[in-house]
Amino acid sequence: MAVAEGAEPISLQEQEESQRSNPWFDAWRLFRRNKASMVALGVILLIVFIAVTAKLWTNIGLIDARGGAVARHTVNPLNVAPQDSYPDPGLAARDDQGRNPYWCGWLTDEALVSVQDKYCSLPEPDAEKKQWVWLLGADSNGKDWLTQTIYGAQVSLAVGVVGATMSLVVGLIYGMISGFYGGRIDNAMMRFVDFMYGFPTLVFIILMQVYFTEVAREYQDQGRGGIVGFILDLNKDMGGLLFLFIALGVLNWIGMARHARGLVLSYRSKEFVEAARAVGASNRRIIFIHLLPNIIGPLIVLETLAIPGYIFTEAFLSFIGLGVQPGTPSWGAMISEVRQRGGFFSNRHILLVPSIALVITTLSFNFLGDGLRDAFDPRMRGT
Amino acid sequence: MNQPMSDTQADQVTGTTPATDRKILVEVKGLKKYFPIKSGILFQREVAAVKAVDNVSFHIYEGETLGLVGESGCGKSTTGRTILQLYEATAGSIKFQGQEITNLKGAQLRKMRREMQMIFQDPYASLNPRMSVGRIVAEPLVVHNIGTKQEREDRVAELLELVGLNPYFVRRYPHEFSGGQRQRIGLARALALNPEFIVADEPISALDVSIQAQVVNLMQKLQETLGLTYLFIAHDLSMVRHLCDRVAVMYLGKIVEIAESEELYTNPLHPYTQALLSAVPVPDPVVEEKRQRIILKGDVPSPINPPTGCNFNTRCPVSVDMCYQEDPGLIEVQPEHWVACHRVD
Ligand SMILES: Nc1ncnc2c1ncn2[C@@H]1O[C@H](COP(=O)(O)OP(=O)(O)O)[C@@H](O)[C@H]1O
Ligand SMILES: [Mg+2]
Repeated sequence: MAVAEGAEPISLQEQEESQRSNPWFDAWRLFRRNKASMVALGVILLIVFIAVTAKLWTNIGLIDARGGAVARHTVNPLNVAPQDSYPDPGLAARDDQGRNPYWCGWLTDEALVSVQDKYCSLPEPDAEKKQWVWLLGADSNGKDWLTQTIYGAQVSLAVGVVGATMSLVVGLIYGMISGFYGGRIDNAMMRFVDFMYGFPTLVFIILMQVYFTEVAREYQDQGRGGIVGFILDLNKDMGGLLFLFIALGVLNWIGMARHARGLVLSYRSKEFVEAARAVGASNRRIIFIHLLPNIIGPLIVLETLAIPGYIFTEAFLSFIGLGVQPGTPSWGAMISEVRQRGGFFSNRHILLVPSIALVITTLSFNFLGDGLRDAFDPRMRGT
Repeated sequence: MNQPMSDTQADQVTGTTPATDRKILVEVKGLKKYFPIKSGILFQREVAAVKAVDNVSFHIYEGETLGLVGESGCGKSTTGRTILQLYEATAGSIKFQGQEITNLKGAQLRKMRREMQMIFQDPYASLNPRMSVGRIVAEPLVVHNIGTKQEREDRVAELLELVGLNPYFVRRYPHEFSGGQRQRIGLARALALNPEFIVADEPISALDVSIQAQVVNLMQKLQETLGLTYLFIAHDLSMVRHLCDRVAVMYLGKIVEIAESEELYTNPLHPYTQALLSAVPVPDPVVEEKRQRIILKGDVPSPINPPTGCNFNTRCPVSVDMCYQEDPGLIEVQPEHWVACHRVD
């Protein structure tokens, strides 16, 4: 058989290139070139690492913000120390400069012995007092601020990842069914989406959270069990995150469903799908082999770019007291703490620490999303 | 002079057409494909229909190439796709090797699909960008569960060689290939199941002129070696002449003229065919000098509301009263030369 156009032998180097040239690898190569995104990826990995290993950080001298004590000391300043030895800093009279007193202190080998009422300039290191506690101060319950920030990363990441995953899975399935089957099904499904789209998302989420809180209170008062009781308990064990996931999930899949449907519609009529139909490929094969691999990339990009939104929503809800349950460390709740007891001017860093954590995390996801977008679809660059 | 062909007569007339004893592979009778236009927010009603293919009858002989020519939007692709059962026919009959295929379902339809394949116009949209060339070409084999993995790989290599590509390309992805190479890959995929019949939907329209000839030559060579039958769709007459045995000209969902290639070029009867031909440059400079383009007035009417009577009447330079009242059926004015025009006698 005569070998024609394009069949010229290719060099060894070219052959090697071609082996690694698959669309996913190409995307990674493009991504790697984007410095900001690579840095963002590094920061996110670092935050994930810190969040996952949060326990370790509390064990090297910081007090577990969740109320557990440092194992070595078996001391829990929250429980052991008599309540009145902790004058509530929030209630304490302001000093003559109008500043709120703020707690700093450290642990010795024996116990938590020294609690000082400072304005949270860091306590001086002292050779005999080995471990700092409350490096960045503590809240009105005496819980360490740095530790709370570290545990707050767990909440933010969980909300971001679970929110994105739920929204992606639900939206993808919904949108693909709608777009793939089309016609009446599509019409009905999309009218429902339009209807849901009409709700102001945040108001809807707030109302849901209020509803959940009320239900929880009622159940607690009546001491009932059952499935609802089980769910309420589970939510409690999760520090209120379960209801947050649900509230975030109920609305956020909608935008994803629209995008997924749009992408399915644009690919469904592509000729390679028709070619697959012409050889007799099943719907299942067309969906999973031809449509999904093509639409999943852009959707992952969109979801990555949506993660900062989920993190902010959680922070906002926790700030207004409708997010995580009291006692669960969350950046939004920490910022709210500042509001509740003052210290906005006197102890700026207590506001800055969770705020900066929030900003760094959300910015990193934004840059990551940008990089992914450029990598998956270079034509979309700059949009 | 034959009688004009009405809807009901279509059967008899095309049925008796073949004067020769060539075997008919594909026979299309009274084929209609309407796309409904729906409207309404909650409960959609059908408010109108795009009459993409409106009562079309023709046949394709075994081993020949039938050209299907017409302006874009006249229903050529829809005709090809409906024959391949990619669209469900609104009405009419399609017979393949004498078997009615419009009512096939499930396993029978899948079996039929092995005999008929398609190659596409857009070399960029016709290959899945997330699949390697090897997977693309092997897909028909996988779908029909043919052979072991090794046998499939061998077959893919064989197919790539057959269409003039280096079998080493199996691990590459479509974006690494030129338009012409992609068309070859599409051709290899179409040939994987050893089909009898291939619908080629403007396979060269999107290619550089220099590469068009290569692909056409390849298609011709494959036709000789594999005994293929083609329905070759094109939007102008220039490429079709030396490739096709017979040519059908389509206008607004209907076939207006069918004839053997040479006959159509030398003796076009329908005013629309004449206009199309007048747009084809002639290589002979003397003839080219004298060539007069017939510019049709106006635009193609909407296939939602085609004109009554002859649907070419809005643009026809020679229309008379009758053209606005009666739809001229296809009539056989000479053996194997059919035309749908009141003014031809
Ligand atoms: N899937 C479809 N849905 C609705 N209308 C269609 C569809 N496919 C084609 N059409 C319409 O049918 C007519 C014929 O289209 P087509 O067969 O693609 O023309 P051609 O291939 O000759 O350019 C056009 O008016 C087009 O808009
Ligand atoms: Mg077309």
